[in-house]
Amino acid sequence: MNTQVVNLKEHINPRDGHPKSPGSGHIVIEDVEITFGAGAERNHAVTRTSLDIKPGEFVCILGPSGCGKSTLLNSIAGYVSPTHGNVSVDDRKVVGPGPDRGMVFQQYSLFPWKTIRDNIAFGPKVAGRSTVECGSIANTFLEMVGLTKFANKYPAELSGGMQQRVGIARALANYPSVLLMDEPFGALDAQTRLVMQENLLNIWADFGITVVFVTHDVDEAIFLADRVLIMSASPGSVIADLEVPLPRPRDPAMAISEDFLELKKLCLERIRAESTRAFEQQNS
Amino acid sequence: MTISGQSSSALKDDQTPLSEQSSTQTEQDAGVADVTINRNLNEVLPIRNVFASAVAIIRKHALQTSISVMSLVVGVYLWHLATAYKVDLYINFQNVPPPLKVWSAFWTHMGQADFYIHMAVSMQRILTAYLTAAVLGIVIGVLMGRSRIARSVVYPYIEILRPIPAVAWIPLAILMWPTEEGSIVFITLLGALFPIILNTLHGVEQTPEVLVRAAKSLGASRLQIFRHVILPAALPSISAGLAIGMGVSWFSLLAGEIISGQYGIGYFTWDAYSLINFPDIVVGMLVIGCLGTLSTYAVRLAMKPFLAWQKRSR
Ligand SMILES: Nc1ncnc2c1ncn2[C@@H]1O[C@H](COP(=O)(O)OP(=O)(O)O)[C@@H](O)[C@H]1O
Ligand SMILES: [Mg+2]
Repeated sequence: MNTQVVNLKEHINPRDGHPKSPGSGHIVIEDVEITFGAGAERNHAVTRTSLDIKPGEFVCILGPSGCGKSTLLNSIAGYVSPTHGNVSVDDRKVVGPGPDRGMVFQQYSLFPWKTIRDNIAFGPKVAGRSTVECGSIANTFLEMVGLTKFANKYPAELSGGMQQRVGIARALANYPSVLLMDEPFGALDAQTRLVMQENLLNIWADFGITVVFVTHDVDEAIFLADRVLIMSASPGSVIADLEVPLPRPRDPAMAISEDFLELKKLCLERIRAESTRAFEQQNS
Repeated sequence: MTISGQSSSALKDDQTPLSEQSSTQTEQDAGVADVTINRNLNEVLPIRNVFASAVAIIRKHALQTSISVMSLVVGVYLWHLATAYKVDLYINFQNVPPPLKVWSAFWTHMGQADFYIHMAVSMQRILTAYLTAAVLGIVIGVLMGRSRIARSVVYPYIEILRPIPAVAWIPLAILMWPTEEGSIVFITLLGALFPIILNTLHGVEQTPEVLVRAAKSLGASRLQIFRHVILPAALPSISAGLAIGMGVSWFSLLAGEIISGQYGIGYFTWDAYSLINFPDIVVGMLVIGCLGTLSTYAVRLAMKPFLAWQKRSR
């Protein structure tokens, strides 16, 4: 159940009736700085960062925990507002969370009192769509993540991997232009994680959606991304912006290819140099 | 558990069911895989499984029930012995009515219309007071949980008023309310109100923030978040508060009915005391106990459909 790779193209076209406006999902981060607290408690979570994420791009933010990855992602989601600078999606300034930016969390964030079907239909429902429409959207996405049989179960009756698939389906049911994912597979076992990564790439390929994916796993970042952004801690900032030259569709076997290993080495060196610097800084 | 400072100890006094709630929360996370496996087994061996579990349940309950019945029988017998031999070891049983006398008094009352009126009047007071307390308590609790200002406004009153026992309200209630009935209902209402407020507040506060965030990013409005996220998340705690509130309201009713001039099962009990009718005191007490237990059970039963998802989650 858990280990099937869903191939979307075989049965559905999720864009049916929901034409994606071409070129949407353009994220611009301008000179953003995010600070928490004040006075002695003041904490620079992210310093002066500028990024341009193209429509349809798959970007991974890679870095050790505590370096500000979630904070940066949350500024795109609209949960935190930058102390300085601007975040905009498709030329609209981000002022708060909204259905144009789907969010998938690391912790299981499904509504435990709603069935799988009702979880997925939540977005369309609060948007005021009819029950029939909500039902058909839910069916489409249940099928997409291969969980049709589980439609009437409650989240806690599903395994962790299944719950995350529901989380992805729920976010996509709003047909967002951007999908923001905060270490979504971090709590899963290695086996399930690989399957989930492939699932995600298939979904992304079919949706043509912009994905910003936070992870601290180098292999995961390289396997998924068009572009890997490496973040360093104290203060959090993007220290490297690397293109991933691997062809698509990606295959797990690529993890031992020359290009993959070379890029991995580069990433690890950057991270290592940065951690050493941070370490020395702390001890001086 | 996120209740701050003094109130956390205050909550513990009257809210044992809360600990059950939070432990199931963690079990949910740990037991996910097991649930799926059990489910699959159930599908493979439906009849055998249902039969086996039915037998197991009956067996378990039969044992527990028979132990409970035995315990009651022994207790009543000890009571009988203590009164028959007029035990006087510091605690004096000389004036305590023996169980058989209580039973015959009860039996006599069962044949009299007055007895039913006493019960009906009490239940009506409970119903009025309790329903008002439930609505007020949930509204106040939710407001406090979602607004810091509301919280700061209401909290001091709760801290000061909550420890005041129902009996202590009697003189003031008589002075404040135009009718006797009003003061009795008021006293009963106060008893139920605080546990409902505090449990609602607790439930609202422990709503996982990630669920609120998820709802926001899915486009939910404030009202929709309240309706689909905060209320259901708080419901286990609210229903615990409602059950506790029902127990406490009976407790307060008895105090309030001291002032009743005519009817109510509390009045019946006090009246028996002033008429030195000892068996009736115990009859009144036991009736209050039974009605209290039954109505608490009714509250739990009424809340069950709303909490069905919790069962499935175990
Ligand atoms: N709401 C907050 N209030 C105060 N500090 C915060 C808050 N959120 C994050 N931080 C701090 O910002 C820094 C970066 O955190 P975070 O973005 O969660 O890192 P990461 O996701 O890379 O592990 C940490 O030092 C963390 O303590
Ligand atoms: Mg994080």
